Amino acid sequence: MEPTDLNLTVTQREQCMVEAQVFGIYKHFSDLPSRAQTVMLELVRDKHIEYLTDGLQQLGSSFRVLDANRPWLCYWILHSLALLGEYVDDELENNAVDFLNRCQDPNGGYSGGPGQMPHLATTYAAVNALVTLGGQRSLSSINRDKLYTFLRRMKDPSGGFRMHEAGEIDVRACYTAISVASVLNILDQELVENVGNYILSCQTYEGGIAGEPGSEAHGGYTFCGLATMILIGQVHGLNITGLMNWVVFRQGVECGFQGRTNKLVDGCYSFWQGGVFSLIQRLRTVVNEQLVMMDDGKQDGSSRCTQIPVKSHASERKQDSEGTSSQYDESRWEQGGAPAGLPRSPDLINLSNIGLSFVEQHTENGPLFHSLALQQYILLCSQVLNGGFRDKPGKARDYYHTCYCLSGLSVCQYSCSKDLDSSPLPHALFGPYSNLVESVHPLYNIVLNRYHAAHDFFRGS
Amino acid sequence: MESEEGERIPLSQRPEWHDVTPVPQDDGPNPVVPIAYTDEFRETMDYFRAVYLADERSHRSLQLTSEAIRLNPGNYTVWHFRRLILETLGADLQKELDFVEDIAKDNSKNYQIWHHRRGLAEKLGTAATVTELEFTKKILSLDAKNYHAWSHRQWVLQALGGWEDELDYCHQLLKEDIFNNSAWNQRYFVITKSPLLGGLEAMRDSEVGYSIEAIVVNPENESPWRYLRGLFKDDPKSWIDDSRVSSLCLKILRAKSRCVFALSTLLELVCDGFRPSSEFKDAVVSLWNNSGSDSTDSSLAETICSVLGFLDPLRANYWTWRKSKLPAQTV
Repeated sequence: MEPTDLNLTVTQREQCMVEAQVFGIYKHFSDLPSRAQTVMLELVRDKHIEYLTDGLQQLGSSFRVLDANRPWLCYWILHSLALLGEYVDDELENNAVDFLNRCQDPNGGYSGGPGQMPHLATTYAAVNALVTLGGQRSLSSINRDKLYTFLRRMKDPSGGFRMHEAGEIDVRACYTAISVASVLNILDQELVENVGNYILSCQTYEGGIAGEPGSEAHGGYTFCGLATMILIGQVHGLNITGLMNWVVFRQGVECGFQGRTNKLVDGCYSFWQGGVFSLIQRLRTVVNEQLVMMDDGKQDGSSRCTQIPVKSHASERKQDSEGTSSQYDESRWEQGGAPAGLPRSPDLINLSNIGLSFVEQHTENGPLFHSLALQQYILLCSQVLNGGFRDKPGKARDYYHTCYCLSGLSVCQYSCSKDLDSSPLPHALFGPYSNLVESVHPLYNIVLNRYHAAHDFFRGS
Repeated sequence: MESEEGERIPLSQRPEWHDVTPVPQDDGPNPVVPIAYTDEFRETMDYFRAVYLADERSHRSLQLTSEAIRLNPGNYTVWHFRRLILETLGADLQKELDFVEDIAKDNSKNYQIWHHRRGLAEKLGTAATVTELEFTKKILSLDAKNYHAWSHRQWVLQALGGWEDELDYCHQLLKEDIFNNSAWNQRYFVITKSPLLGGLEAMRDSEVGYSIEAIVVNPENESPWRYLRGLFKDDPKSWIDDSRVSSLCLKILRAKSRCVFALSTLLELVCDGFRPSSEFKDAVVSLWNNSGSDSTDSSLAETICSVLGFLDPLRANYWTWRKSKLPAQTV
């Protein structure tokens, strides 16, 4: 197939052009002597750090279109640096905490910039950035009581969340609200109410999850929807095997992931789709249960069971943890808990441990996607040798793609590991072992050790 | 606002703004991610903050939000305040639709525009049905997979109606590009949700034919395969009983090329209880033999997984996993 073939459709033509570019790079790579290949596969850490630190300190005037996304810029940059194992110096850290505090609304939540309205997406970005910075000053700057009231105000009677006052309702809003509440240990039954039903209504006939009911299955929303369902303890309601069948086909001949069926590869889906695999790897029990139920459904002659009975949160967690380090243990979540003034229902207590127990379980099974192939795409096609990452060859680098390519690289590198907190074996890495980055908590996309520190902080305070 | 020479007149020099004191952004002494704002951007936002904080819902504020939105269409606070002003002034919403269209020309993938548009159409009611369907059609003619445009279109259909020509529209887009998965998704939306068509079961028979026709021409096109499977969602009995599905798989398998989706569909059929005849076994085994390997698999389902692991190495882990989880009756 040639891109110039007039009989090709738009989809085929664009796909051909991308394939030609990507395969050109792979051909060039395979023709190199092995020493040169090793150099080409190197993660150019210093260049990335330089690009990231520069952005933290100054951005050009063209960034005005991101003037309502400044906490996002903070998160993309700080998370990328954390993945690279870097800590910002005290001064920059103080400046970042101070700036994000100026984005914090007196009535709760964070806005896109000082003086703007609070918004759920920038609240997620600000909280993740502050957790990534870590430390007393940073973590205590978050007004959790007010943030909780903001989340409640954004809650729609239908169960979903609005992005901002009178803003749009979608799966992104649900994820950012639930993720923030979970990290800060303020998740309760009122916030969870009917979110699950909303997400379920967004799983499409293809198997993936859409932004709104009826829309097309999409990588970003699939990650958000799946992570939300896990965080609220209702993941068994989704058709996980159908979702797996959809997501496994999103990795293409270019070795990277596309966001939707028959769309072009894009480096950012290394995390959105790769992260879905990281989550699924830790859902072995739920997946096996669904397989058994489907099997039973056929054997007694009835149709496929679509309504999976909802179990209690307690039994769910016990099974999720696979009987390992995070057994149902009352003493762990009895201390600390919710901030003053919030209800302390049994449901709140149940919800408060899901994020930690999810990441503490061991995984016996390897990844169901091609991890080395994805690393090849990230390193050879998305990496910009002058620092930063991009969507695909021919596109310019940016902080968003830098964050999600590096996050995807992390997912790949730890995809064969039993535990996320132990170093992977060399064969799990494509390229030199010096490419190793930090592991992330796949439900929040926060570097794992920073998550643990925040978890202890919000548990104890 | 421009002078006669086309140059922007700073707000500080416009007489109608002389009574307003601009409010600078409170970035602090050492902000991170500071943006090197142009003078125009900084001044516009300083005046915007002034009217926003004073909650001044006036014509000049409305004009100012237009300027601010042109400089950064992603500022949801400006859009939100603009809606409050429109409401207070009882502004002409048709004119507002033109403004949105103008902004959308260069920013068709921005959440704020579409949210604003939806709010306007909600207020206009069925009077907006045709304009909204035409508007999304125009955006989709430039990018047939624009996610926001499709969401908006679905909202219009459900809230305001206009289903009459929608199936034809899907067909037209698929004729132009049979690989357009967004158009397939819309087609699924129409056949399951349109009040005029009778729902999925009423449409299934003809839609099976439609998707099979598309598959035969391009067996490597994943979209119609997923669509076909979706037509039998929650009804595995009809799925395994419709001989057109299994015959389609057999036909593609016998052609011995571009058959990953035929194999994976056959695997789903078998896992759902379909009992394959020897023809199917022969077709699959023949693919296996072509690979030059020896089969030690005892069942067809296992052989399919092995062949897929070979033909589709990118997903080898997945096919191995599937093989290890086959339902008891297939092994």
